[in-house]
Amino acid sequence: AADGSGSVPGHGTDPAAPERVLFPPTFSVSEIKNKQRRHFMFLRWKQQQRKEKLALKKKRKKEREALGDKAPPKAIPKTIENQRVYDETTVDPNDEEVAFDEATDEFAPYFNRQTVPKILITTSDRPRGRTVRFCEQLATVIPNSHVYYRRGLALKRIIPQCIARDFTDLIVINEDRKIPNGLVLSHLPDGPTAHFRMSSVRLRKEIKRKGKEPTEHVPEVILNNFTTRLGHSIGRMFAALFPHDPQFIGRQVATFHNQRDYIFFRFHRYIFKSEKKVGIQELGPRFTLKLRSLQKGTFDSKFGEYEWIHKRREMDTSRRKFHL
Amino acid sequence: SSQVVWSMLGNRQFCSYKMTTKTQNFCRNEYNLTGLCNRSSCPLANSQYATVREEKGRCYLYMKTIERAAFPRRLWERVLLSKNYEKALEEIDENLIYWPRFIRHKCKQRFTKITQYLIRIRKLTLKRQRKLVPLRRKIERRENRREEKALIAAQLDNAIEKELLERLKQDTYGDIYNFPIHAFDKALQQQDAESESESDAEREEDDDDEDVDKREFVEAEDSELSDFEDMDKLETSSEEEQEEEEEVEKKASRSKSKGKTPLKGPARRKRPYIEIEYEEETEPSTKTKAA
Repeated sequence: AADGSGSVPGHGTDPAAPERVLFPPTFSVSEIKNKQRRHFMFLRWKQQQRKEKLALKKKRKKEREALGDKAPPKAIPKTIENQRVYDETTVDPNDEEVAFDEATDEFAPYFNRQTVPKILITTSDRPRGRTVRFCEQLATVIPNSHVYYRRGLALKRIIPQCIARDFTDLIVINEDRKIPNGLVLSHLPDGPTAHFRMSSVRLRKEIKRKGKEPTEHVPEVILNNFTTRLGHSIGRMFAALFPHDPQFIGRQVATFHNQRDYIFFRFHRYIFKSEKKVGIQELGPRFTLKLRSLQKGTFDSKFGEYEWIHKRREMDTSRRKFHL
Repeated sequence: SSQVVWSMLGNRQFCSYKMTTKTQNFCRNEYNLTGLCNRSSCPLANSQYATVREEKGRCYLYMKTIERAAFPRRLWERVLLSKNYEKALEEIDENLIYWPRFIRHKCKQRFTKITQYLIRIRKLTLKRQRKLVPLRRKIERRENRREEKALIAAQLDNAIEKELLERLKQDTYGDIYNFPIHAFDKALQQQDAESESESDAEREEDDDDEDVDKREFVEAEDSELSDFEDMDKLETSSEEEQEEEEEVEKKASRSKSKGKTPLKGPARRKRPYIEIEYEEETEPSTKTKAA
């Protein structure tokens, strides 16, 4: 087969320093049968492309500078967040209806400071090492929380007992093959139940550059990016886990950051080095959650009324559409 | 002729229902009473035979008699047994009256076993039943990839820091941290009026240090000495700050030194620069006491 390059490099020359290579217009690198040669030619072609691209960039930059003030403003690159399909349930901060709803929903007693959160953390049957340790660490992160072993008890029976003992929230961590992979968060006096898929769980010892143990101080809570109605209610669920008044002496902050329907949980200790700079140091476990379903009452898989279920076929069709 | 059948099927020839294991022979025939392959338990080799079977939670008594041996369709006669255990046992008895003792006994045994396992089924369905949902590999992979990309897009550290600084500005922390922004601005304006040749940049760099360096030596602003030490000093010195006027000590540009060593004084400045020192006014409080 004819070798279309203008110059004659041979196999020995280093493709890193090509001379001006001429490719006739009908030539394609993929037509060369010899693999070694084809690879070689492909590398050269790639480098040439890169060069051209760089030259184009430089030219554009020069033009820009030449124009000076009259240059058109820089184009904003498109990101997924930019291109997000507008969700009609996005909460407007001034919306009265939303405010009214939130004043009368199940979290109102918490936000009116009538109840103090008390959390029960448990697992699925027969938890294995990682899950157990994760539960313990989670209990240190969330103040006023207790870990109990499941021992085959039915959730439906646990819940009335919890309510009787004044627990406000129930967290069940589901385990699969020794790693935690699901989280059920249930607000107790008949509050909503959210079921999440949990991933990337890192225990404290696996986090690099971590600080010391979290202290007993009440941490602050940061909830980022919960824009839609659904996101709002989930955000309030998370906020209801922590007591109302954070102790700033502790300088601990728990963050729930929503990005593209994934909720990242981090626990940091911060320090203000100056008024414009803050340093953060990660302590505590980290994990990511993805909402699977939100149910109106407490945990009831058969007869519960679901407010939102993730339906893969309907909801995963567009890459720019997010629900939280 | 049941004799003949048995002599054929039992040991010598092939019986498709027979399953042999090391210790025992089992019979897979659905009408078999005991499940073993015996002369008395084989439904094919006995012309008079009865079994108890259950369907959808109801138990039936099946009977086979020699009169109907020629009509395979009508061979097995079926009787529904009552749900009441004792009554059903009586029904078995009255249906199998004058039948061999063995069959009667085994029928009742089988019936007992069946009712027991039916009860167990009903009890278990009331308890929680775990449903295993299989993970779908493609979907799992897709979600993991998207999660990674979302993590990168989230830029968590920056977001958290921004949020914390916002909160600091909004004064949610109250009096704990003393970066009195407004007071600084005022002092700066005063300074501006007095001295001209300072570049703004320098002043801004030094602003942030005025809190921290109350001592003789100067710490680099980006110093990564234990954060907690910093905080302690801040807290203890906060009160002193409020009382004293600001000491404006101009030091070399801090942003350039990322090291952990204290700066070596004015040796590193690159611009024209004037050093101004103000004296403290409230220091003499201790002196007055002594005096």
